[in-house]
Amino acid sequence: MTLNISQRKAIKHWATGLFAWLVALTLFFPILWMIMTSFKTELQAIAQPPLIMWEATLDNYSLIQERSDYLKYALNSLYTSLGGTFLALAIAVPSAYAMAFFPGKHTKDILLWMLSTKMLPAVGVLIPIYMITQMGGLLDSIYPLIIIFALMNLPIIMWMLFTYFKEIPKEILEAARMDGATTRGELRHIVIPLSWGGIASAGLLSIILCWNEAFWSIQLTASDAGTLAALIASYSSPEGLFWAKVSAASTMACAPIIIFGWFCQKQLVQGLTFGAVK
Amino acid sequence: MNSQPNTSNQTQHKWLSLVNLLKAPSIILLLVWMIVPLSMTLYYSFVEYNLLYPGPKLFIGLENYTYFSTDSAFFPALFNTLVLVGSVLIITVVLGLALALLVNQPFFGRGIVRVLLISPFFIMPTVNALIWKNMLMDPNYGIFTVIADFFHLVPINWLEDMPLASIIMMVSWQWTPFALLIFMTSLQSQDTEQKEAAKLDGAGHWSIFRFLTLPHLARPIAIVVMIQTIFHLSLFAEIFVTTGGGPGFASTNLAWLIYRQAFLAYDVGVASAGGVFAIILANIVAFFLIRAVGKNLAR
Repeated sequence: MTLNISQRKAIKHWATGLFAWLVALTLFFPILWMIMTSFKTELQAIAQPPLIMWEATLDNYSLIQERSDYLKYALNSLYTSLGGTFLALAIAVPSAYAMAFFPGKHTKDILLWMLSTKMLPAVGVLIPIYMITQMGGLLDSIYPLIIIFALMNLPIIMWMLFTYFKEIPKEILEAARMDGATTRGELRHIVIPLSWGGIASAGLLSIILCWNEAFWSIQLTASDAGTLAALIASYSSPEGLFWAKVSAASTMACAPIIIFGWFCQKQLVQGLTFGAVK
Repeated sequence: MNSQPNTSNQTQHKWLSLVNLLKAPSIILLLVWMIVPLSMTLYYSFVEYNLLYPGPKLFIGLENYTYFSTDSAFFPALFNTLVLVGSVLIITVVLGLALALLVNQPFFGRGIVRVLLISPFFIMPTVNALIWKNMLMDPNYGIFTVIADFFHLVPINWLEDMPLASIIMMVSWQWTPFALLIFMTSLQSQDTEQKEAAKLDGAGHWSIFRFLTLPHLARPIAIVVMIQTIFHLSLFAEIFVTTGGGPGFASTNLAWLIYRQAFLAYDVGVASAGGVFAIILANIVAFFLIRAVGKNLAR
């Protein structure tokens, strides 16, 4: 039997789809399995062979909430992520704007230098930062985390905004300037609306990176300012085989940012091109 | 008429100072963020300073450096750091590229597939490590063991027998979606007419990929390499949660070695010397990276 072109196309279409779904489900499986385990009892969680069908229980979730105040950690994560991101954006937007529209001789070098500061390993400066924080009496407080998160993400945010702002046609700005627009007016009425996509994208990436940041949160916080990432790390070793509870805690820690990421996928991608799309 | 060039010069001047004023905060803050801790680290690295033995901080020259670099874990850690970064880069770029080409085809439910594929990127590194350590790689109850049993293979004790490879797998799982996101966006902007024309001229899939798609992706690949190197050079959370650098030093990277020195041995001096080593390594890598991909980035 010979197939005509449209039949062959349909087969290819279905085969590609089937394959893509298979790959996607495989890569998503660890997350799915974590969510499923969080609704099992501890015994069901380690049952052999693994249970696909079982009577779901919410016990783990209520237990986690009882033992460690989930809401407190979640709020710490929220404050530090948003605080760090807004602080970084407040510093980066004007700077990136100035660099994109009035580049000097060394603008590119400065940007590359900024990126290179991100290569300095955090451990290399952990002790000084720890001591400065301690001297300021700010251990286990969210404020140093907010500042560190902002500075930590500043280079990448600068880079994303710079490449995004650079794509804005200069003619519009010149026309506005002819009409007597001030820099502030220019920023508010032209640059920000036109670069909103880039700002949103940089902000979203920064929120995700802050939310998931573990190094500084583990080192600089304890029970008061602990973020969800630090809470989860505390579940790592001594809990041993309490998979169901660990899964419930993990699911609660990741759910907000995953759902957030799903909804913002399109905006996130906009600025992630780093000017790679013409 | 005469005053015209003068005023425009003045506005020009005002503009420039304003521009510099706007540029300054980000540069100054990053400079401070870099220099203050860096000089403190440098200072500590030359003195004897252990939190367990309070006393005057005596200048001891390069002793901390020799101590850190002659630690039997030093070279394995250096090697592991580079292997980790290199392997993750290769895996994520190749896999990300393959997946991007796959989801660039039309098929049913593409939107959902895309959402499923990028999800691992949003997972916390600590959670990522816990899922893999417990539910996938556990030698008794993990899914990998279940699969191995099903095919009558000898199950592998992942974190004991191949700790570094296990960590590479975890990190690659998390970061492949990042590469995918960037490649996907870039592919969407590729000129389809050019591809059609090439097809009409008799170009095969491979040569279209090789001569049109790959050059188009040069810059996104540079970006993925750059950003991931930044993150993985100081990888910490995954090791902290899973292997703790072991067994032996099999999964110890520089970051972990310094951490161990500082927070488990309380030796600030030696840990600071290690920090300086890590910074030097980062600078060497940064130098080569910026030479290799920087041109592509700063176009």
